Amino acid sequence: MTTTLTPSRRTGRGRRGVRGQVGWVFVGPFVAIFLLVLIAPLVYAIWLSFFQDRLIGGVSFVGIANFVDAFTDGQLWSAIGRVMRIMAVQVPVMLLLALFCALAIDSARLAWAPFFRLMVFLPYAVPGVVAALMWGYIYGPRFGLVGDVSSFLGIPLPDPLGPDFVLLAIGNISTWLFTGYNMLVYISALKTIPTDLYEAAELDGAGPFRVIRSIKLPALRPAITITVMFSVIGSFQLFNEPNILRPLSPNVITSDFTPNMYAYTLSFAGGQYNSAATVAIVVGVLTMIAAYAVQFIGARRER
Amino acid sequence: MAVAFDDTLARDAESATRTLTTVGSRRRGRRPASRRPQRSWWLTASMFLVLAYMLLPLVWLVVSSTKTQESLFTSFGLWFAQPFSLWDNLVGVFTYDGGIYGQWLLNTLMYVVVGAGGATLLATLAGYGLAKFDFTGKRLVMALVIGAIAIPATALTVPTFLLFSNLGLTNTPWAVILPSLISPFGMFLMWVYARDAVPTELLEAARMDGAGELRTFFSISSRMLGPGVVSVLLLEVVGSWNNYFLPLIMLNDPRWYPLTVGLNQWNNQATTQGGEIIYNLVITGSLVMIVPLVIAFLLLQRFWQAGLAAGAVKA
Repeated sequence: MTTTLTPSRRTGRGRRGVRGQVGWVFVGPFVAIFLLVLIAPLVYAIWLSFFQDRLIGGVSFVGIANFVDAFTDGQLWSAIGRVMRIMAVQVPVMLLLALFCALAIDSARLAWAPFFRLMVFLPYAVPGVVAALMWGYIYGPRFGLVGDVSSFLGIPLPDPLGPDFVLLAIGNISTWLFTGYNMLVYISALKTIPTDLYEAAELDGAGPFRVIRSIKLPALRPAITITVMFSVIGSFQLFNEPNILRPLSPNVITSDFTPNMYAYTLSFAGGQYNSAATVAIVVGVLTMIAAYAVQFIGARRER
Repeated sequence: MAVAFDDTLARDAESATRTLTTVGSRRRGRRPASRRPQRSWWLTASMFLVLAYMLLPLVWLVVSSTKTQESLFTSFGLWFAQPFSLWDNLVGVFTYDGGIYGQWLLNTLMYVVVGAGGATLLATLAGYGLAKFDFTGKRLVMALVIGAIAIPATALTVPTFLLFSNLGLTNTPWAVILPSLISPFGMFLMWVYARDAVPTELLEAARMDGAGELRTFFSISSRMLGPGVVSVLLLEVVGSWNNYFLPLIMLNDPRWYPLTVGLNQWNNQATTQGGEIIYNLVITGSLVMIVPLVIAFLLLQRFWQAGLAAGAVKA
């Protein structure tokens, strides 16, 4: 790793690129569309969040009133509460499962390791929409597997999409989709561990669990930080799975089930664009704060 | 704090990019055969459990795609039932409602080719430009791009819709394509990759020979950027193929839907008043949709193992 790093430092820092404006020929197209699809919506959402559009009186500047509304909005906070509860269970389960698979595949003690790596990763090729549709059918009482098992046993099983289990049912879909991806991230981090470390450990008579604790887990730390951060972002931004499962259980999965679904409902069903923009900003900022927090904790641990 | 975060993110992404160049043959033969540790039966057994979990919905999907609408309700989910109607279902998928599924498939392909292809091209050009040139405003561009990596794309979906509906862009393919064209993370990967993969000395030599910068890029540099381009392209293709929230919010007209939105609309027919229940077509249509990606993943194993790992930071 260090060998690849040294020359790049030299070309990157010591020697500057060509001067003049020719660089804009390469960067310009990207920057132009970047401004249109990233910066402009951001600025527009911030602008919208300071106005209100009332039936009587039309559009008026209201200062931070929308933000005050958002912060006291029970619907928004219960949506945030739901995604945080899903996150608290789903992210640890998924990442521990991914870690277990990665360590097993990397251990050289597993038969058919390449086959398992491929199969665990396979769900990543399935679009989230199709995953939610499939699991929705499986959960369904009418012709799903849960219904089959329930009638086979002759006892009613709890409805996975009922109020008690719906968060687990949604978390299960994300776990199924992304375990393999996170596993792959861990496997590539494990592959960068230099061979001599293992040889030294072997000479010292370290067993496999000692090697995991003293060599592999420390080497995985940056990869774990990254996967935690992006799983946290994914949880806060949850939309596809609950949106697709909603017709199966409309009384449990409400139209304000997650923050993104709430923003979507505000702008479509309600036409409340100013509130929708405010919710999007509040949730976006909360997501970034959560991501920063994970980074911060991860970086401090590394020292 | 913000700066510290960006630095850590940048460092992690850099190490991810480096993995991209090192995954592969590096560790082959790490352990000589004589010292290979014993196989562990319980490890293999527990991996079979994981395997069962991963394959359960896919087996269910394949089995169910061979059933009629009626036998879906009456037969056990993980075993076949009479009549075997995979072929009828396939015909149904492609002929139902005037063959609109085929239209959705073409739309998805268009969004993937134009969106993911365009995103990769823009990211490659811009990453190369940042890595190899100095120009006014370069630092601002770098700061904006690194800052944008931390913004979750879905958080911007509703604001983008609000802006686009003001510009009259909603309900056109552009509403789906334009936002897909920008991948700050892909651009960042290409920037790091181009910095290391294209020697500045070589570019200077080309300049001495009087070659224009664009010509140099397309005839010399682009070849050295190959592995990085493939990684970014894979990330973008998967992203475009799976895109749901953005087209759902932007498009009204079913003729512009991608497969994801279209399939869900078919599924919702069952709960719409007067809608025909076509679960068998939803299931078979889902199978048809995932088969190309699964085949691509199996064939391109070598690329995604390096490429998607490099995209670790995205997800």
